[in-house]
Amino acid sequence: MSKCRIPLGPFHPLLEEAEFFDIKVEGEKVVDIEMETGWMHRGHEKISETRSYTQSIFLVERICGICSTSHPFAAAHAMEDIDNVEIPERAKYIRIFIGEMERIHSHLLWLGLAGHFIGYDTLWMWTWKYREPVLQIFEKVSGNRNHYAMFRVGGVSRDFDNALIPEIHPVLDMLEKKMLMLAGAVKDDPVLRSRLKGVGVLTKDDAINYCANGPTARASGVDIDVRRDDGLEYDLVNFDVIVLPNGDVYDKMVVRVLEIIESVKIIRQCLDAFPKVGGEYLNKVKHISPGEGIGRYEAPRGEVFHYIRSDGSNRPLRHKVRAPSFSNIPTYKASCVGIPLADALITLAAVDPCYCCTERSIRVVDKNNKKLEHNILTMSREKTANLKKVVAGSEKTPIDRIFED
Amino acid sequence: MAFYNKIIKKSIWVFHVSASPCNNCDIEILDLITPGYDIERFGIKLVGSVRHADVLLVTGVVSYKVAPRIKQLYEQAAKPIFVIGIGTCTAGGATFKTSYNAAGMPLEKIIPVNAYVTGCPPKPEAMIDGVLKLLGTLK
Repeated sequence: MSKCRIPLGPFHPLLEEAEFFDIKVEGEKVVDIEMETGWMHRGHEKISETRSYTQSIFLVERICGICSTSHPFAAAHAMEDIDNVEIPERAKYIRIFIGEMERIHSHLLWLGLAGHFIGYDTLWMWTWKYREPVLQIFEKVSGNRNHYAMFRVGGVSRDFDNALIPEIHPVLDMLEKKMLMLAGAVKDDPVLRSRLKGVGVLTKDDAINYCANGPTARASGVDIDVRRDDGLEYDLVNFDVIVLPNGDVYDKMVVRVLEIIESVKIIRQCLDAFPKVGGEYLNKVKHISPGEGIGRYEAPRGEVFHYIRSDGSNRPLRHKVRAPSFSNIPTYKASCVGIPLADALITLAAVDPCYCCTERSIRVVDKNNKKLEHNILTMSREKTANLKKVVAGSEKTPIDRIFED
Repeated sequence: MAFYNKIIKKSIWVFHVSASPCNNCDIEILDLITPGYDIERFGIKLVGSVRHADVLLVTGVVSYKVAPRIKQLYEQAAKPIFVIGIGTCTAGGATFKTSYNAAGMPLEKIIPVNAYVTGCPPKPEAMIDGVLKLLGTLK
């Protein structure tokens, strides 16, 4: 049978972001899939080099609106890593609280959209109804429904109001009850089961080979979670890492539902701790010394990685961002091939792709719109080599040289 | 035109274009049609094709790669069409003002715009207010 190309995107009703899929099919069966990204590139890494450290954190918050705590979390870790800054205990609890509330809202958002893609609009409306109180709590705590601006180097930018605790407990109770109900409904519904069970399987070997992370990897039986593995703030609370063996869309859905329940448990521990742990919430950092730092955080979609190189000035010399979807998106090559086209769409959505997070590099073309020989990887390596020369060659920083000239 | 304006006020079909945003305005737009705000009670509905739309909601700071597509989408839409820029990004670039990849700041550089709803992200109430205010100006 001859192959047929089905172009999907970049503006289409499936996902709200612009991206392009080139799906090759034989009859009903998907035989190959290609992705083209780059529509969302805004040049964060370059802008970050022109901003001070505090401003950089608010900038990286705008990388993605759905996981807008994860990037500041990892960036703050990276900046603190350079000087080994200790943050106050209250700040740690506030960070965990914000991070876990965001995980709940992000997973609920995905659950709703997954329901929408397979034609269960009721599920969409329900989950987004339960998501609304979470956003209202965010508004009370931080002043904004999304983009909370809570993070600073050395702590958080504003204190948590203990008077809000009695308002948050009923929301958590409601969420836990509804999530158990939803988990039961997903388990019992024969249509949903047959639609999701065994669809888009990502085997454990494939998950490891493609370096998948986050719920995508945990649904395939890979036991990784930065929160547990790195510790840092999360040593203060107890929680389980949810790992399921099958790797199909059904397991990816169940992992997320169970993670919401785990997040509720973590938030309860934070709320219990807030009245006991008082004191400072920000350890003011006035100067960051020259050096390198890395920061990791388990975003709702997987591991976020930030690298910062400092030259002793008030701005980062280099700020590198790697988002979870960057390694999750290529798993389409393993999970989408060989399944019917109708199932391909939910498989595409099942890794919860976030293209805004991913698009950190840009293809360089010459005047005739042809790809330059000089590819982006070589350019990136050359830049690092040049920076090494600058830093190692003299004690003077590039900014000092500018002033000399 | 007066007849058309009278009709459009009763049922507004909206198409959502994401032009390199951070997803935040986008999820707030989707939030509008869920039970928390439920704008379908005003006759406002999100549609899947630009050819059915009366209003385009554009989010984000338009990158050079997206800019030609946005123009194409605007040309494909049945006229008259109203364009609303959602978020500070469309109005002034917000934090991406100094980005090397931002083509449309403000969005008027790419396509004609009727209204802006600013905020990062604007609250859903503000978006409803923006759409209704724009329709209030129609004669």
